Amino acid sequence: MTITEQPVEPLHRRLGVTDEELDAIRDRLGGREPNELELAMFSVMWSEHCSYKSSKPLLRTLPTAGAGVVAGPGENAGVISIGDGLAVAFKIESHNHPSAVEPYQGAATGVGGILRDIFTMGARPIAVLDALRFGDPSEPRTRHLVDGVVRGVGGYGNCVGVPTVGGELVFDPSYQGNPLVNVMAIGLLEERRLTLAAAPGPGNLVVLFGSATGRDGIGGASVLASATFTHDDPSKRPSVQVGDPFAEKLLIEASLELIERGLVEGLQDLGAGGITCATSETADRAGTGMLVDLDAIPRREPGLEPFEVMISESQERMCAAVRPDRWADVREVCERWGLPVAIIGRVTADGDIVVVEGGVDGDGRPLPSARELARIPAAALTSDAIVHQRVALAPTHRRGAPAPGVPAVVSDSLPERGMDPGAVLLALLGSPNLASRRIVYEQYDSTVGADTVAGPGHGAAVLRVKGTSKALVASTDANHGVGRLDPWLGAAMSVAEATRNVSITGARPLGVTNCLNYGDPTRAEAFWQLSEGVRGLGDACRALGLPVTGGNVSLYNESPAGPIAPTPEIGVVGLIDDVARLVGPAFGHVGDALVLLGDTTPGLAASDYAELAGAALEDDPPSLDLAREAALQAFIREAIGRGLVVSAQDVSGGGLAVALAECAMWSGLGAQVRLALTGSPAVALFGESPSRLVVSCAPLHAPALELLARRYGLPVERIGSVGGEGDGLVIESTGAGPMGAAEDRGSRVADALEVPLADLRHAWDHGLARALGWEG
Amino acid sequence: MPVRIGVVVFPGSNCDRDTLHALDLAGAEPVALWHEQATLDGVAAVVLPGGFAYGDYLRAGVIARFSPIMRAVAGFAATGGLVLGICNGFQVLAEAGLVPGALLRNTSLRFAGREVTIAAERLDTAFTGALAVRGPLRMPVAHGEGCYYADEATLDALERDGRVLFRYVDAAGNPAGPGDPANPNGSLRAIAGVRNAAGNVAGLMPHPERAAEAILGSDDGMGIVRSLVESAGRAATSHAPVEVGAR
Repeated sequence: MTITEQPVEPLHRRLGVTDEELDAIRDRLGGREPNELELAMFSVMWSEHCSYKSSKPLLRTLPTAGAGVVAGPGENAGVISIGDGLAVAFKIESHNHPSAVEPYQGAATGVGGILRDIFTMGARPIAVLDALRFGDPSEPRTRHLVDGVVRGVGGYGNCVGVPTVGGELVFDPSYQGNPLVNVMAIGLLEERRLTLAAAPGPGNLVVLFGSATGRDGIGGASVLASATFTHDDPSKRPSVQVGDPFAEKLLIEASLELIERGLVEGLQDLGAGGITCATSETADRAGTGMLVDLDAIPRREPGLEPFEVMISESQERMCAAVRPDRWADVREVCERWGLPVAIIGRVTADGDIVVVEGGVDGDGRPLPSARELARIPAAALTSDAIVHQRVALAPTHRRGAPAPGVPAVVSDSLPERGMDPGAVLLALLGSPNLASRRIVYEQYDSTVGADTVAGPGHGAAVLRVKGTSKALVASTDANHGVGRLDPWLGAAMSVAEATRNVSITGARPLGVTNCLNYGDPTRAEAFWQLSEGVRGLGDACRALGLPVTGGNVSLYNESPAGPIAPTPEIGVVGLIDDVARLVGPAFGHVGDALVLLGDTTPGLAASDYAELAGAALEDDPPSLDLAREAALQAFIREAIGRGLVVSAQDVSGGGLAVALAECAMWSGLGAQVRLALTGSPAVALFGESPSRLVVSCAPLHAPALELLARRYGLPVERIGSVGGEGDGLVIESTGAGPMGAAEDRGSRVADALEVPLADLRHAWDHGLARALGWEG
Repeated sequence: MPVRIGVVVFPGSNCDRDTLHALDLAGAEPVALWHEQATLDGVAAVVLPGGFAYGDYLRAGVIARFSPIMRAVAGFAATGGLVLGICNGFQVLAEAGLVPGALLRNTSLRFAGREVTIAAERLDTAFTGALAVRGPLRMPVAHGEGCYYADEATLDALERDGRVLFRYVDAAGNPAGPGDPANPNGSLRAIAGVRNAAGNVAGLMPHPERAAEAILGSDDGMGIVRSLVESAGRAATSHAPVEVGAR
């Protein structure tokens, strides 16, 4: 037997640092070689997750200014004023790869991490929305992941006492090897309590409180989130952090008390990159440096290497800058809440992050015997981290994105043969992506906090603001199907739908947070998808007059099965001034008029109907007119404000028929609808062209509503009324369009759809349990 | 003068603020009581709120019962003081033996967060006196361990003595036993809430404090909150002559 020496990769490459990046690191260190600890710190901070090194040039193009924006991108969360001295903090973040490896803890710590981003700003978390995406629901692995992720979201959120009020659950084959777990959190704060993640004032103490530091989550950000994902490799399990919601609950209360009493100068949670990230980011923002006393950091176990302590992503920890005269009070608060607390360093003036071992004196200066283990300019780790100019290349087989002056080629070649619209409607309502999510959201506490006016299940979430007449309205949406065909359009439609869901309650969208889930940015096509997505996000936000207040970029979402469909998850928060004016999607009264707003345009590609038909479509997705979308949303807000609207629902997944069915099921009232067909019945009933609403109103108000719509330049059509004979949804179609579909089939009957409410409900109620095999 | 009602705050309580808010709406003067306190600051009634006291990693309520304030609560209860446990508070009272029975894991083995309908068994108790009707009362549940369990003899005795306070009911108003979809956790005999033999200590799994305002979809829970406040008011007047005189 002979022993063959395997060539060993140099350390920097094993840590995910490229040769080019190593050169850049040497550059930042004045030409010298980084030692191993420094290299570990750089590897984490220059990871895609922490540095945004591929996406930064794109993100700079997004609109960030807007009325009332108090804090925007770069802070832990966006903060927007809502009047009365109050402000709302909100942000969405991904925890995709950890959830693929260990679904319960991955999802749980996803919730924990985003909550910390909220209360770090001084805001009390009041709601969580979780946007979850998985592969085929009939696959055992998908079922395992869904169950674990749902239990993880609930296990953490329920315990910390923040209601889970909404989100999404979507199935698509592209997520089979790489599920998406995006969590959005919303918090409420008094504006004067806004706390920024900066460490000003050389001489101030650096205080760490919360859980002790252990080996869990070593390199979670760099190992898991910043490289292409191979499989649920058990060896990566130690990289997944472990959540302790009880510790988080104590951390929330202690942090908010510290802020309320003005005891901290700056506060930062410890997430990706651990202590390295928290110290360098807070120092860099304040233009200061920090001396970190390694021995002072409380640990779970002996024998931790310095690099492990510095990059561990142990959960439920906070880092504060504290004036020395306030230390006693800070310690008292933390100890009362049962949280370990320690002074782990000092704010310095030299701009460097310095890690020493061997003790510091009473003034925070290293003892003569102390050893300096690392010295890195704070900026080199954060604001001056490397930025890559990646190459974007559109695929050659790409469908045409709408370009100025080039009319999109539109066809509608779906087979119409034998289409029984009633059966299609029931199949759609029972399909995994449209069926009721009740069996999932009933595992969440959606009412703790006693603010939930509208929880999960029926459109946007609504939370009243205690002590005012106001309410916050929130929604998350992402259109991956269209994004796969045209990433610009997918992103723009995601923004349109998320904001529309807020506007149709009568609320005014305040701002947008986003979680950009894309593939490997070093692949030119994936980077093109990302850059087109960011362009779509920016274009839509500009058209709607909304600021992007922050978010998160999750790249490398690929598995051996291939990359995910581009998924720009959009979170929107809106404000309604008088919650009594709130409008929901459910019909109100028998006899109310039904009005359809907007144009039904051709294009069935990427629709739920097309997925059901199983056809590989040589078709385009419907187009989006952003100016029309803005007008539609302004119209519905004004109409609701003027008291003209009883119910409002947008037309999205499953088209008009599904939208009407939802309004009917949720109210227990049927509807009589008559559609004048101008094209294919499939498009009329199940097409998903955007910027459309179904509104019900008192017959007396219908003329005023129609007049208002015309003033906004919107197509408007009376399509029927609520209730009618029998207990069900009746949709009749009149007139033969260019397709002549009804006549060709020799009967007009096939164009009529009549389904009892009980049948609609049954299909909708049981679809998801059946898809996931959760019912016996 | 509003009656002072204490709400115990354990580390991990997460409905304490909601309960303080609902008591305030009901006209009481709510006071937060920290778990390390050994006294109750002279309150006329105590509420143990929902949440995950001390994290509840072991079993719901099992650690909380050993906290300093629970000695004070037990003493207060022994002398006839009014105590109401909601959700985790009910679990703590059951662990402490202050109300009969135990709360087991939901038979679904999943957390149950949804609206339920309950009905009061009787309106002549300290916790139901202000209700206009026995039911139906709509309010949320949110728990993983809410399956009410006691042995048959105990259940028989509870029913005989009129100590079942609330039951889960179906759409027709009939008790929803284990296996009925209207029963969220598999509770035996549809029991959602019970009281002790003396009638001054009660626990229930549903959250009346989350159904105390119409804007939240139901104010049916307000009747329960108000019942406690009114009973506490009467208790304060009859038991505290000095305070009354001092006014």
